[in-house]
Formats: sequence, structure tokens, C-alpha cells
Amino acid sequence: MHLETDVLVIGAGGAGMYAAIEASRAGASVILADRSLIGRGGATVMAQMTVAAALGDREPDSWEYHLSDTLAAGRGLCDETLAAMVCEEGPGRIREMDAWKVGWARDGEHIAQVHAPGHDRARCVYVEVLSTGPAVSKTLRTQLNLVSGVRRIGDLAIVDIVVEDGRACGAVAIHIPTSEIVTIAATSVIIATGGLTRLYRRNSASSNMGGDGYALALRAGAPLIDMEFVQFFPIGHLAPRLVGMDPIMWDPFRYKLGGKLLNSEMHEFETDYARSDQRSDGNYVLTRDLATYAISKEVEAGRGSPAGGAYLSFQHVPEDVIRKSFGPVVDRLAANGIDLATQLVEVAPIAHYHMGGVQVNAQLETNIEGLYACGEAIGGANGANRLSGNAITEAFVFGARAGVNAAERAKRARTRWSDAAAKPAVALLRSAEKRDTPNPAHLVADLQALMADKVGPFRTQQKLGEAIAALDDMTKAIGDQPWSSAEPFDTVLLDWLDLRNMLLVAKSVAVPALARTESRGAHQRDDFPGLDDSWTLNQTIALAGDRLDLAKRVPSSRKVPV
Amino acid sequence: MKAVLDIRRGAPGETPHNQTFDVPFEPGQSILDGLRALRRDVDPSLAFRFACINANACKECMMLIDGKVDYACTVRLKEGVTTLAPLPKKALVRDLVTEIAPPDERLHLKS
Repeated sequence: MHLETDVLVIGAGGAGMYAAIEASRAGASVILADRSLIGRGGATVMAQMTVAAALGDREPDSWEYHLSDTLAAGRGLCDETLAAMVCEEGPGRIREMDAWKVGWARDGEHIAQVHAPGHDRARCVYVEVLSTGPAVSKTLRTQLNLVSGVRRIGDLAIVDIVVEDGRACGAVAIHIPTSEIVTIAATSVIIATGGLTRLYRRNSASSNMGGDGYALALRAGAPLIDMEFVQFFPIGHLAPRLVGMDPIMWDPFRYKLGGKLLNSEMHEFETDYARSDQRSDGNYVLTRDLATYAISKEVEAGRGSPAGGAYLSFQHVPEDVIRKSFGPVVDRLAANGIDLATQLVEVAPIAHYHMGGVQVNAQLETNIEGLYACGEAIGGANGANRLSGNAITEAFVFGARAGVNAAERAKRARTRWSDAAAKPAVALLRSAEKRDTPNPAHLVADLQALMADKVGPFRTQQKLGEAIAALDDMTKAIGDQPWSSAEPFDTVLLDWLDLRNMLLVAKSVAVPALARTESRGAHQRDDFPGLDDSWTLNQTIALAGDRLDLAKRVPSSRKVPV
Repeated sequence: MKAVLDIRRGAPGETPHNQTFDVPFEPGQSILDGLRALRRDVDPSLAFRFACINANACKECMMLIDGKVDYACTVRLKEGVTTLAPLPKKALVRDLVTEIAPPDERLHLKS
């Protein structure tokens, strides 16, 4: 099947849906494609957390204060133009979502805002109870239905972006239920595929967050930036087994109830690390990278919990206070056999978000004309470490901007769809061969274990070198010819296509991690502890044939009008 | 502990057949945990839908569990036999996957 559109949006999470809405409002025809169902996959729907924006209703605030916190968290590597865009335009998007009845929690007549780690004041909005992501997804889905001109297609996996003469002209996709090859001609293409946390064994990701967009960009000829910076969420749920809940749901509990992190000696260890590290402001709340560091070091010193993390305790909080704050969730916990008043839970760092991503300019356009990216899929705005609460904000802001810009381009440019340029991806899919072994789902698990063990939050030259060698071996093992089960909903083919992307993306994390001989933000080298000022640089990575080429650049500063 | 998953398999136009698998598990693990382990360790061609894995946010893993419509991510593995089948009132795609997307969000629109 062949489809045509002005704007193709790949990925229907928060950023992709916002992009589709805005592109349509700007007059473009839009195809919004997702490998999962529309508005169900991706990270947005899973977010139970808070959203940062300097609304200034409750207490005085300014987007510039928010920017200052964002830049501090980014440890000198933020693209200031992109970071400023998030902070300046965030409040408008939060109010737009409010008008669309997302249901931000209220504090009297104002939108309620809580104080999340790393912020200088209460700045983070949310939807009760732990429902931010589902509420955001539902609201954007409703708006998608209201705008005309957005063709929404689920179960459609984009395999490659088609580029002709340095310009994006569409994509080649596979329809998952039928394995039908679909070509899509588009004047503008927007990558909104989210992050890469599925590369790690323990993660807070949806099954489709394997870094598809990064691989699509690399193969299209667009460089990535800051790929070594993977954010680990410090207190992901570890034990006992908890289902029906987002594994990162303990954070709002901590903000509201002041949960305590304890080691096996029942010592509250966070304060030790707050005092000994000058980057912290000395508050008991550590930024995410420091909390990950603190828990990992406690485990390393033999003071971890039985499952290999830290204990989280709410035993000092009266039961009625817990119930008042999180009533419905307390019931869901009870269904999991967890009673916070009498029981400790175990938490550990878990892959959560990717700071790095597709390199874009202030128009959210890559170096390939007509190829845009937005949301978590882009790199730069968050530098070496993302401030909590900025992920959904950037999904809205970058999504909306990319949608408008892609639509504007579609008005002035002409599509020149090229069958010839699409041919390699079509031929790849046609060459799929029925195979029963090896098991590609097992290879995905092997890759996740490798990344967790060798390219986790704490890295060494040796581990990174071993990882790169193993990734090269796995890449050879999967070869150039897709595997297939030759049935509808071909899970073997999907796994193979995922491995093709995941192995490339995993290497694009490990290579710059090996090159960066310092510790900064989410990238911690045991063999190079401490920040090195000469490394106040971004690394970019581009695909040249089969080779990944690294380059350095000075972080982009903001052009402030004089 | 060991669960037995009795799974109805097949594609449209085929006679559906049931296949049973032994699945080792720890208390608290979900049916979806079991299905994912089966794909990883036994049969990667086993088809079922899921996106969010265990947050019960995506609502994609709905199927017939012991004859009742439920989410694979919230029902626990248990000792003994659990039967799994695709949703009965949705068009079958294959194995436990059915066509659950809203009609206007599919590639092939009914005209």
C-alpha cells in the first residue's frame, strides 16, 4: 500500500500527538503512525509523575528561574536555546492542557504545584491520583479526534525514513497484523518515538521504547547528540513483585510523605552523600544522578537490601495520612500484598529517560531537510541530566513546535517521493526468511543484560570496551536478512527489526561513553571520577557506512537579544 | 512454583489448537510475565499484545483468562492450569492478538 500526506508523525505519545494536533491546526494533512495503538504505547501514558512549568500562580515564579534549574541539572551541557524553549513555552502548554480539561490537581483556586528535587520552588503540576500520564494521553486523544485531517494508524512500525538528495520524502513501514509493506510519501517527517530505556534489563519503559527513532535518524544521515547520558531513576520498584503499577511510582509518595531511604543497617544514608558532594544544595533530596550514585555505592559496600537495592520506608507516616494522600493506590498496593504502614519496599536505580537523542536546530529540524524530531527523541535540552518534571513539558513544547514547523515546510516545499530511495528498505523486508532459531526474543534479553552490566550508570574503559565488542558480535549474528515466523503479527520479524535498531543505538551509547573520560551527570566513570572542565563539550555521533563517527562541539548557548 | 499455561493458538482460517507450556514463576508474577518468559525461552512466535509491560496503563493485554475477560498484566500466575484465549468478540489476528484498535485507527478502513 502507498499513502501520501503532508506531515508524517512517527510515534503517538505526548510529543507525537501534540505534533499531529498542531500540524493539523496549521493546515497540513497528517498521518500519525504508531507501532502500538494510538496513544497507548510510549512513555507518556505510563507517567504517574509531575510536570514542571513556571506558572507563578501560587507563589512568584519565572520561566528564567526554571531555566536556571534546568541548566544547573544539565551540568554545563544543555543546548540553552532548546532548554529555554521548554521553560518559556511550558506554562502556555500547561494552561492549554488545563483548558482541554486534563484535570490538573487544584490547590484552592490555583493549579496545585509541588516541589520536586532540583527545583528552587514548588513548580510541578500533576493529576490525582498518580494519573498524570493517562490523563494527558486521554486529553490529547480527544483533541486529535476534534481536529480534522489527522489520519491515525496504529500497528504500523516505521522501518526506515526515505531520503532523496538530502531531503526526507517519507518512510517505509510494515503493518504488523498482516506484514504488508507500506510506503508513505510525506513532505515533512517528524520523529516522536521517545527514548531507549528498553535497552536495559530493569527499565520503566514501554515495550516499544527501544530507541527506534535514534536508529531511524542515524540511517537517514542525521547525527545524534549526548548519547552517553542515560538517566537512571534512583528509586524504581524492585521488590516485592508489583504489577499493575508504574515501577517509578514511589517518587510522588516521597514528595508528599517524605519516605526514607535506608540501607541494610537501617541507616538513612542520603544525607551522607548530600553533605559530601558539593553539587548538592545540602537538602535531603538528592538530584536523580546523586541518588542513583548513593544507592549504587551502598549496594557496592555490602549495605544493600536483599534484592540488591535500598529500602524505602514510610513507617514513620501515620496510616491515615498515607490513606488520605494515596487512597486508591493504597488499595492497589494491598492487592499486591504491600502494606506501607508495616512494611518496607525495596527500590533500585532503573533506566528511565534518555537525555541524548536526535540533534536538531531551534526549528526542531535535523540536518536532513524535512526531517524533524521532538520530545524525548531529541537531545540537547537536558544536557547531562534531566531536571525532574521536564519530560512531559518538553513533549508538549517540542511536539507543538515541530508540528507547526513541519506543516509550514509542507506548504512551501514539494514532495518528491522516490521509489528508488525507498527500494533498500522495501527489499530488506521482502528478503525476510522463515527461521525458528536462534530466538530473537532471547537475544533482546541478552542485549538488555549486556547494557545493564557494562553500560549502566557506572562505567569503566574495560566494561565499555567489552560491551562494544559484544555488540559487534551480536550485530554480525543477526546479519542483514530479517528473520520471520511467516505468520500474521510476525513477532519474530518484529524482534529482528527491533534488534537491528537496538544494537545500533546501544553502540551509539557505548562509543561516546568510552570516549568521555570524566564523570558528569548521568555518565559516571569509575576510572575517571570527577568532572573535567575540558570536557564541557557535547559529543555527536553519525553513521558513515557501517562506521559510527564521533565529533565534539561546544554546548550551544542562548542568543539573548541585546 | 510452576504454572501451566494452556494457550489457544492459530490464525484466521486455521483450526485453532491449544498448546500447553510449563512456566516457572515466583509469587506475585503476572500472566504477562509468564507469556514474555515463554517468548524469550521457548517460542518467540507466540503472539500477544502489550506495550506498557506492567503498569496497566496501555490496556492492550486484554484477553480471555480462565474464560473471563481480563488484563494479562494484573492477573497473577498460579499453580496448576490457566487457560488463555483471544477476546471472543473481536476479529482474530493470531494467537492471543485480536483487532482492538478503533475502526478509524486501522490501516485498512472499512468503506
